[in-house]
Amino acid sequence: MKGKDMQEGRSMFVASAQPDQRQNQTQDKREAAAVLEKPCISIENLDFFYNDRRALRNVTMTLPERKVTGIIGPSGCGKSTLLRVLNRMYDLYPNQRASGRVIMDGENIIGPDVDVSLLRRRIGMVFQKPTPFPMSIYDNVAFGVRLHERLSRAEMDERVEWALSSAALWEEVRDILRSPATSLSGGQQQRLCIARTIAVHPEVILLDEPTSALDPISTLRIEELIDELKRNFTIAIVTHNLQQAARIADQVAFFFLGELVEIGPSAQIFTAPKERRTQEYITGRFG
Amino acid sequence: MNLRTPHPRGRYRKRVNVIALGLASIATALGLVALVLILVTTLLNGAAALRPSLFTELTPPPGAEGGLANALFGSLVLIFVAVLIGTPIGVLAGTYLAEYNTHPRLVGTVRFINDILLSAPSIVIGLFVYQVIVRPSGHFSGWAGAIALALILLPVVIHTTDETMQLIPLSLREAALALGAPKWRMITQVIYRAARAGILTGVLLGTARISGETAPLLFTALNNQYWSTDLSGPIANLPVVIFQFALSPYDSWHGLAWAGALLLSLLVLLVSIVARSLLREKAE
Repeated sequence: MKGKDMQEGRSMFVASAQPDQRQNQTQDKREAAAVLEKPCISIENLDFFYNDRRALRNVTMTLPERKVTGIIGPSGCGKSTLLRVLNRMYDLYPNQRASGRVIMDGENIIGPDVDVSLLRRRIGMVFQKPTPFPMSIYDNVAFGVRLHERLSRAEMDERVEWALSSAALWEEVRDILRSPATSLSGGQQQRLCIARTIAVHPEVILLDEPTSALDPISTLRIEELIDELKRNFTIAIVTHNLQQAARIADQVAFFFLGELVEIGPSAQIFTAPKERRTQEYITGRFG
Repeated sequence: MNLRTPHPRGRYRKRVNVIALGLASIATALGLVALVLILVTTLLNGAAALRPSLFTELTPPPGAEGGLANALFGSLVLIFVAVLIGTPIGVLAGTYLAEYNTHPRLVGTVRFINDILLSAPSIVIGLFVYQVIVRPSGHFSGWAGAIALALILLPVVIHTTDETMQLIPLSLREAALALGAPKWRMITQVIYRAARAGILTGVLLGTARISGETAPLLFTALNNQYWSTDLSGPIANLPVVIFQFALSPYDSWHGLAWAGALLLSLLVLLVSIVARSLLREKAE
C-alpha cells in the first residue's frame, strides 16, 4: 500500500512529461495562447489587509497549470503578500486577513474550513533566504515527508534521493547526507529548500525571491532548475530581477501599490506592455 | 578635511579620556581584588584541608575527624532532583511565552513576574517552602529542599528558554509550517533543535546558581549528621554544612568548612565552563 502510493506519486510526474512536451511545440507557434491554458489556481477579487491597511486590491488572475508565473513590481506592492495568501501563511498573524476567492480544484482555499496542513502540502513555498532546519541534509528533506506519509526506510531513501536529484543537488550531497544542512553553501541550501518542498509532492510551488540572496552562478542553477520543475509543477515566482522574470516566466503579472496592473505572456509584457505604468517600471523609470 | 592640524578641543578630549579610563580601571581593579581575595583564601584554606577521607567519611561530631561524604551526596541528590523538577516546567513555560502569544497581556504579565522571581531573595523562597510544605508535613525533608531549589532554578530556565526561542528567526518557523507541519511539530522538531544549546546553557547556569544556595535549604532540607538517601527526611548538604561548621568553635570543623567551600566553588566553576563552551559552540 505504501509502496503503491509512492509509485503513483512518481508515475504522475512521468506521465505528465509527455503531453507537456507536445504543448511545448504548440507553444512555439502560438506563444500568446499558451498562458490561457487550464488554470491550476484562480484568484477572484482578492483583497488583503494588514490591520486596516489594504495590501491587495481586487486582484483577479489565474496561475495556469505547469507554467511559470512571474510576479514583478516595486517593493511593497503586494507581490509577496499574494504568495502568502496562496498557502495561508498569513494565518499565523491574527492582524492579517484576506477576502475574495482563491479557487483550486473547485474549492475556495482561503475559506474557513480548509485544512491548512493539507493545503500547504499541495502548495509548497520556498523563501527568500535559505532556511535549512538544524538537522542533517537527509532529515531536512525527510521532515516534510514524515509529516504526511509513513514510508519504510527504503522508500524514504528513494524519496530523498528523488527530491535531491530533482533539485539538482544529489551529486553534490550524496556522500554527506548525514552532515548538518547548515554546512552547505547558500546556493546549495536554497536548492535543499527546494528539494524539501518538492519531496512532499506538491502541485504548486511558490518561490519568494529565491535567488536574491545568491551569487550569479547559484542563481543560474536555480533558474535552470525552475525550468526543469515546470514540467511537473505549477510555479509562481516573485522576483525583483526583471531579466530573471523574462528568462523563466511564461506569464508575467505586474503589481503596483497592491493592484494587479497588467498580466500577460512574458514576451508581451516586456516588449509591448499595454499599461503606461508597466512600461515605466520595466524601462526603469521607477521602482 | 585636514587631519593633521590639532583639533581645538583635542587636548580637552584627551584629558577627559584619560580621566574616564583611569576611573574605569580603578573600578575594575577594586572588583577584581575582592574576587581574587575570596578565591585565593578559599583555595589556600580549602587545599590545606583537602584529603581523600573527605569523600569517604561522614561529617564528624565536634572535635573528631571526619569527611563530607554525606553532605556531598546529599547536595548532588538535591540538585539533581531540583533540575529534574525545574527543567521540564521551565522549558514548557518558556515555550508558552515565546510561541503562544495569543494573550499578549497575560504573556507580558508572566514575563514581568518571572523577572521578579529571577531576582527574588532565596531566603524568601525558603520561607515559602517552609510554610507550604515543611510546616504542614511536620518535619524538614529533602523533598522540600529540592522543591525550594527547583523554585529558584525555574525562573532562570523560563527566562533563557523564552529568550533563546525568541531569537530563532521567524523564517525558520514559517519554513516548517509551509511544509504543512502542525505547530507542535514545528516547535518540538525544529525550534527546540535550534534552541537546544541556549536552553541547556540556561539549565546549567541555573544549576550553578542553586549549587551554592544555603538560605532555602536551612528552612527545608536542614542537615543530617548521618548518611541518608531518604528525601522524605532531613538530608545533609554542602551549603548548610559549611554554614554550621564555619560558625562553630572547632578547628576540625573549620577545616571541613573550607574544604567544602573549595569543592563547591570547583563544582560551580565546572558547570560554568561547560555552559560557556556550549554557548561558544552555538555561536559558531
